[in-house]
Amino acid sequence: MSTSLRNNGAALLSLAAAALLVAGISLALFWAPEDVDQGILQKIFYVHVPVALTAYAAFGWGAWKALRLLWKGGDRYDLESYTAVHMGVIFGVLTLVTGSIWAKASWGHWWVWSERQLTLFLILFLFYSAYFMLRYSTDPGPRRARTSAVYALFGVALIPVSFLAIRLAEGLIHPVVFTRDGPQMDGAMFLTFCVCLAGMLALGGGLYLLELAGKRADASLQELRERLT
Amino acid sequence: MIRASGLGRRFGERRVLKGIDFQLDRGEFLLVTGPNGSGKTTLLRLLAGLLAPTDGTLEVEIDRGRVGFLGHEPLLYRDLTALENLDLYGRLYRVSERRERAGMLLERYGLWEARAEPTASFSRGMMQRLALCRTLLHQPELLLLDEPFSALDTEGAELLDAELGGNGPRTVVVASHQPERIAAHSTRRLALA
Amino acid sequence: MTGYLSDVAALARKDLVVELRTRDTVPSMLLFVVAALVVFHFALPEGSSRLAAGGMLWIALLFTALLALVRAFVGERDEGTLDGLLLAPCDRSAIWLGKTLSVLAFLLFAEAVALPAFALFYEPLTWELVAGVALANVGIATVGTLLGAMAAATRARELLLPLLFLPVALPLVVGGVGATLADEPGRYLAFLGLYDLIFAILSWASFEYVVTE
Repeated sequence: MSTSLRNNGAALLSLAAAALLVAGISLALFWAPEDVDQGILQKIFYVHVPVALTAYAAFGWGAWKALRLLWKGGDRYDLESYTAVHMGVIFGVLTLVTGSIWAKASWGHWWVWSERQLTLFLILFLFYSAYFMLRYSTDPGPRRARTSAVYALFGVALIPVSFLAIRLAEGLIHPVVFTRDGPQMDGAMFLTFCVCLAGMLALGGGLYLLELAGKRADASLQELRERLT
Repeated sequence: MIRASGLGRRFGERRVLKGIDFQLDRGEFLLVTGPNGSGKTTLLRLLAGLLAPTDGTLEVEIDRGRVGFLGHEPLLYRDLTALENLDLYGRLYRVSERRERAGMLLERYGLWEARAEPTASFSRGMMQRLALCRTLLHQPELLLLDEPFSALDTEGAELLDAELGGNGPRTVVVASHQPERIAAHSTRRLALA
Repeated sequence: MTGYLSDVAALARKDLVVELRTRDTVPSMLLFVVAALVVFHFALPEGSSRLAAGGMLWIALLFTALLALVRAFVGERDEGTLDGLLLAPCDRSAIWLGKTLSVLAFLLFAEAVALPAFALFYEPLTWELVAGVALANVGIATVGTLLGAMAAATRARELLLPLLFLPVALPLVVGGVGATLADEPGRYLAFLGLYDLIFAILSWASFEYVVTE
């Protein structure tokens, strides 16, 4: 019963994601006005930024599940946290790729260190890759679950600290003024962005549920096989 | 004092201990027998709190500082002397008059002469005797011994025999695959398959 | 509280006594850091700025710290003594703090040689640099000890530690280099202090989870 509900959730979210993303990309291409400075190139913004935000959401979700695990214990939080981090890394790599394309298009280089978001995702990519190394190198069991959880929690502390560090590092070359620049978008751009963001989040959620169901099935299969022997 | 029901432990996909049920009251002496690989060590490590159960429940109603555990490893620092090792554990266990207590145990177990030598120079039998001193240092109320005789020399084994024979109000769990040695002391038995 | 502190002191003292007797860690750190500073001279082209030398110093310090961190728990795991400490009734975080303090002491030893060597080979020391090193030490020791305990329990052992440690330590490099070279080092020193605070609390609170099975 609960499995079928969850699978339905995954299917529903995937459908929503497909609809929203098609709508969002159509809006981005045909409706939202072109940016005065960057022209058509700026359209990748509607993919790049939602992908990045979805990655953050996944890392945050993973850390939340990790916290629950340390608080209450239980295998299911471990699996959920692991799956969320897994999704985060996939969307993180997508962020790097789309960001790199954007950088090539607007500055002529595949990599620019001055693009803070991109640099941060490179650091996060390294950090969370080590998360997988840590998991694969530890025998399954309560300690692996807790160690992974602690590491995932360190991740959410590292995100703001690293972001601050990147800003400070730029300040070494030319002082950065700490300002909050709000969304400099007009209404149409903002609406398009929101639709894209919702679509990407739904896609992330759908993939998360799908992957989770797969991993759960693996785990129960393992248990069944064990009972048979 | 100890209550286990459906107790089990898995290491990854390997199930080492499964469906263990038993109860032990204060002052009892439990002998755990079974062939190698039957989970005796795992059971003792669970009781000591070094492992958490993956299945079932285990209640051990005792403060961690009142448990004495002797496992396969002596849990001693090779680069510290016998006395320094006992002093460290004496501090961590808040043993009052830890120097006197350590000296008394070292004397009883024939290690007083070697007290100032780093344990790296100890023979296996001496190391096990020192590990026994470490286990008894804080006068534990629950004594967990895993194959205590395997690394002991004859003299050490006799001393341990005497120690177990003089069993006062404390609770003892001993795991052994050759139970003849301690059968006389035990009040309860648990056979693992 | 006094009980907690005396546990920490006993544990840190134990590490120092062992190191004094075996000389396993500190001499190799000293040699490594000096060798690294010498190698950097040849890695930096003629006429490189003082900025480059300042950055190199931080790389040398970070990698030297890894030597101490790698050893912090591997021995305790191999000889099983970590079990002995976990059995003891002391708070588990006291084990972390004791180890952190001994790592900190090893770092101070290494830097007592590294910083004068840096002054001799490259640039005179400034108080900002020394303050930066002192603050970064706290961050390195606190996070590094926790990650060292994590890594020591894996199959990959010490190989894993640099992978876990470097992304987390990156902000320390930013803060340290900033404190060494920037015109307004105060902001960077404050950042190092903030890092220390956040990660010391996190490590202190989570150590128990990574050592118990």
